[in-house]
Amino acid sequence: MEVTIKKLPDRKGYFGIYGGRFVPETLMPALRELEDAFHQIKKDRDFLRELGHLQKTYIGRPTPLYFARRITEYLKGAKIYLKREDLAHTGAHKINNAVGQVLLAKKMGKKRVIAETGAGQHGVATATGASLVGLECEIYMGTEDMKRQSLNVFRMRLLGAKVTGVSTGSKTLKDAINDALRDWTTNVRTTHYVLGTVFGPHPFPVMVRDFQSVIGKEAKRQILNAEGRLPDYLIACVGGGSNSMGLFYEFLNDDNVKMTGVEAGGKGIGTGEHAARFAGGSVGVFQGCKSYLLQDDDGNVLGTHSVSAGLDYASIGPEHPFLKDTERVQYTYATDDEALHAFELLSKTEGIIPALESAHAVAEAIKLAPMLSKDAIVLVNLSGRGDKDVQQVARIKGIEL
Amino acid sequence: MRTRISETFKRLQKEGKKAFIPYIMSGDPSLEKTKDIVLLFEECGADIVELGVPFSDPLADGPVIQRASERALKNKVTLRKVVSHVKELRFFTQIPLALMTYFNPVFKYGMESFIKDARVAGVDGVIIPDLPPDEAGDFILLARKAALDTIFLLAPTSTEDRIKKVAKASTGFIYYVSITGITGAGLLFDGSMDTLISNIKRYTDKPLAVGFGVSNPENASAVAKVSDGVIVGSAIVRKAHENPDELKSYLLNLRKAII
Repeated sequence: MEVTIKKLPDRKGYFGIYGGRFVPETLMPALRELEDAFHQIKKDRDFLRELGHLQKTYIGRPTPLYFARRITEYLKGAKIYLKREDLAHTGAHKINNAVGQVLLAKKMGKKRVIAETGAGQHGVATATGASLVGLECEIYMGTEDMKRQSLNVFRMRLLGAKVTGVSTGSKTLKDAINDALRDWTTNVRTTHYVLGTVFGPHPFPVMVRDFQSVIGKEAKRQILNAEGRLPDYLIACVGGGSNSMGLFYEFLNDDNVKMTGVEAGGKGIGTGEHAARFAGGSVGVFQGCKSYLLQDDDGNVLGTHSVSAGLDYASIGPEHPFLKDTERVQYTYATDDEALHAFELLSKTEGIIPALESAHAVAEAIKLAPMLSKDAIVLVNLSGRGDKDVQQVARIKGIEL
Repeated sequence: MRTRISETFKRLQKEGKKAFIPYIMSGDPSLEKTKDIVLLFEECGADIVELGVPFSDPLADGPVIQRASERALKNKVTLRKVVSHVKELRFFTQIPLALMTYFNPVFKYGMESFIKDARVAGVDGVIIPDLPPDEAGDFILLARKAALDTIFLLAPTSTEDRIKKVAKASTGFIYYVSITGITGAGLLFDGSMDTLISNIKRYTDKPLAVGFGVSNPENASAVAKVSDGVIVGSAIVRKAHENPDELKSYLLNLRKAII
């Protein structure tokens, strides 16, 4: 069973009943071409050498695994380790995937890359990757998100990308994905779509997972060096689900390692203002794949809410519901308030300001660690740094900067 | 499979004519108005009508149909309501009707009950732009049993194996997307469409109707010459929304051009 889990997806891109390729015909040949190219580079030594070199010299990998002594002492329970993806270039794990995909796009002979972005982290990572390898770059972003994240809009433009506002629907991430897909449908011959998470039509979920799995590979080696054994728990936040898949994948066959994915509980599940797909959603088909989806009775997609833009999305990468159904991973959520508390606590005890997304994972560690013995080990993926969120947190606290 | 749609193409072929297939978004501005427009389509010589179903995330559609979809959703129009509206329409017209809907509303409805209800209501065919035949195994089986046409799409990017697959899965007609793009984009007349269509015709003798980007009688006339039918969507939706008084003469001009 366990061996099978790691071998998925199947040939059609399915993880159990989830996944697949639900896109307009125009894109079907491009996805096939991408799938072939992806299988080729997985065996291409030159490509892997170049990627490895850039991971080391450009992204700054391996990122450290840090024993968080002060928060461990504060919580009086399990030892807490942080995988420091916040220290990767551009400040989040997103760059791992972006660099992988722009290299692939270049190899496929594409002249242009496009991407969607919510909070702006994936947009910044893609713009960075595009300028690194010399590709034209256009980023789609909801106009609501552009207002909330004006700093990242400027960063992308500094990096030479064109940022295009999307003012349809809810004017947020899902609408940006719709427009990126429309652009790709129109310019598919010259353009590669750098999808930012383990979502969308096959092969994106497996490809992004592979580019992100460097997180788990490093973490495993590092924890064995530090502790001589594997951790008892892995914790990661889950928006689309790429930082969590990146950490979890390498450990899927290690039965004694428990894993928890943390969704955005927003203002609480009862309020309807959240992005907890497992707590409040059902199976649906959206933006290229079958997965869990927040939708109404007629199959229209519902609006979502989270204090963290990176988790504010109506669906989730298709491998996650599979891991939930097979009970390999547990899923829970943290509310806005819990995430904000974790954001401040980690800042004060460790001198590390986490991204609000990552603060959801820290919030779960804060709940879990005190219930465990002092020998237990909890490894948290600190997927990004919180500089981008400082202004918003000040606003929430009613502080004028 | 004998359906209203396939019989229509057979008749047109015999008469040496091409099909005029106008599109309208259901519920924009109201279902009552949609009924009037469908009847106007028939009066102006439409052969088949394509009825849009609003969806929150219409990723194959351009701005005109996106906005129409938003307006219809604001009026609380759903797939369920469109299906019962067809039932009502059938008291007034027997024109062949194809629904164009995204897959999630159908999935949420339940494929089996949707197909049953749609068929009973008088829907003749279904077009689902985000459901390629590769993912449509169950849907095709259920639709065949109910004698509901499954109309799949081909695009300029479609390869030989995809042309074969789509042709095999399609009944009623094959929907050829004239451009690499979304609905309502501009049409290119560089001769490539003729080549691509004759290439498709090498693999299938099923009727082929062309849509996406046909916006005026000149386009329609050129497209009709190389295909079996012409689908006009965004341009009609825009006209119905912005200049409803001109809709009738616009439809008549399109009809005249499609021969």
